[in-house]
Amino acid sequence: MSRTFRLRTPLSEREVRRLKAGDVVYLSGRVVTARDAAHKRMLNLIEAGRPLPINLHGLPIYHCGPLVRKENGRWTVLAAGPTTSMRMEPFESTVIERLGVRMVIGKGGMGAKTANAMAKFGAVYGAFTGGAAVLAARNITRVIDVEWLNLGIPEALWVLEVKDFGPLIVALDSHGNNLFREVNEKAWERYRSALQGRGVQKPKR
Amino acid sequence: MRVEEVVEEVAVKLLRLAVVRLPSDVKRALEQAWREEENPIGKAHLKNIVENIRLAEELNRPICQDTGTITFYIRAGADFKGLNRVEPSLRRAVERATYEIPLRPNAVNPFTQENSGNNVGRLLPYVKWKIVSGEHLEITAFPKGGGSENTCTLAMLSPSAGVEGLKRFVLESVLKAGGMPCPPTIIGVGVGGGADISMNLAKEALLRPLDEPNPDPTIASLEEQLYREVNALGIGPMGLGGKFTTLAVKVNYAHRHPASYPVAVAFQCWAARRASARIHPDGSVEYLTHRVEEA
Repeated sequence: MSRTFRLRTPLSEREVRRLKAGDVVYLSGRVVTARDAAHKRMLNLIEAGRPLPINLHGLPIYHCGPLVRKENGRWTVLAAGPTTSMRMEPFESTVIERLGVRMVIGKGGMGAKTANAMAKFGAVYGAFTGGAAVLAARNITRVIDVEWLNLGIPEALWVLEVKDFGPLIVALDSHGNNLFREVNEKAWERYRSALQGRGVQKPKR
Repeated sequence: MRVEEVVEEVAVKLLRLAVVRLPSDVKRALEQAWREEENPIGKAHLKNIVENIRLAEELNRPICQDTGTITFYIRAGADFKGLNRVEPSLRRAVERATYEIPLRPNAVNPFTQENSGNNVGRLLPYVKWKIVSGEHLEITAFPKGGGSENTCTLAMLSPSAGVEGLKRFVLESVLKAGGMPCPPTIIGVGVGGGADISMNLAKEALLRPLDEPNPDPTIASLEEQLYREVNALGIGPMGLGGKFTTLAVKVNYAHRHPASYPVAVAFQCWAARRASARIHPDGSVEYLTHRVEEA
């Protein structure tokens, strides 16, 4: 049975540690988008010991390049589903450790490096349905701010106010569970046994 | 209206239709998957997908924020007047569509990393031509997202690996892709020709309606087998488990060099956006994939 949590950002370590893989979360409060180029720039700033334009402590990072429109000087988000999280795998562990990010929202899951940082520092990964961008935008109530627009609209840091944003499925928790890895390992096992059933030599992974 | 104006208008309209409304075969397949999925997380994802499709139509907004890079497939009648004016019209259409619909600006210079801001750039939109007999012009708008593009694969297999090798390569590509291409996907498989030809065939296979198997019964049965074997892996919607990893597998082939056995796998996310129309010599337009009232 999955449990459902309604949480408000910023998130505390205690709140995040309570979450287990398979739980469902709805978020309200502030969420910040960041993709490849923004992560790269964040890491450069961390290495240089310089501050970011936004304090991310306790906030969720959303792997998303939104579709936005500017009308009368105000931004509105038309569609904002998640992008593939694995591209951010080289950077996310540092972002969690150094910037205090408590949740990563995206699609497709993340690897061991991020999972380890989540366990060590207390953070979770919330999976949102890829492509369900209008559904996601419906629960984004306003654009609070945008930074790094010179990276291009999809790559900028969009500070969004959300209300009941979800359902987010906790796929990586802070206790070492990773639903994506479990599903994938089982899929490889099924594949290998199907091959053996056909008398084909075992493939290398 | 002059040819270039008709082409531009039709192309803008096709882009809007494509990004806002999925073709009915894809919608039906997703609704069926939602009904039949047994894994609770997979079913929840499919529910979100079906609800999102409905919401996008209702609000006249793009289904997905990633409105893709844009390819146009053209089937040009040899006697259609004004073929040389088609490509400039398509570029203008993409620029207009970017502001009017809007589309997310997705054309980035690979060396300066600068986003052109209007989806137009060097060789973008990409146009693929086929000359057929007749006086009409058929345009298919095919905006394809980056997530499913990133998991496309190509293998130059040894001919001794044969069809068994092909099947293994397809299944291993699906395993490596996991949840990244936004399953349930449509999988295009191109076999033979050369490296470029096989990938082209794989991409073109994605244009075939889901309920239309390959007309060659041997290939149709390979498609069916691959469909069953891919779904037996249990990767499921978004890679979190379930019996719908793919909605359909489509295979296309060309004859091969005796020494080569190229196999390309093109993934299409569930948001399989395509829209086609035929422009007749009298300027009238027939929409082929979507029902359009004022056409």
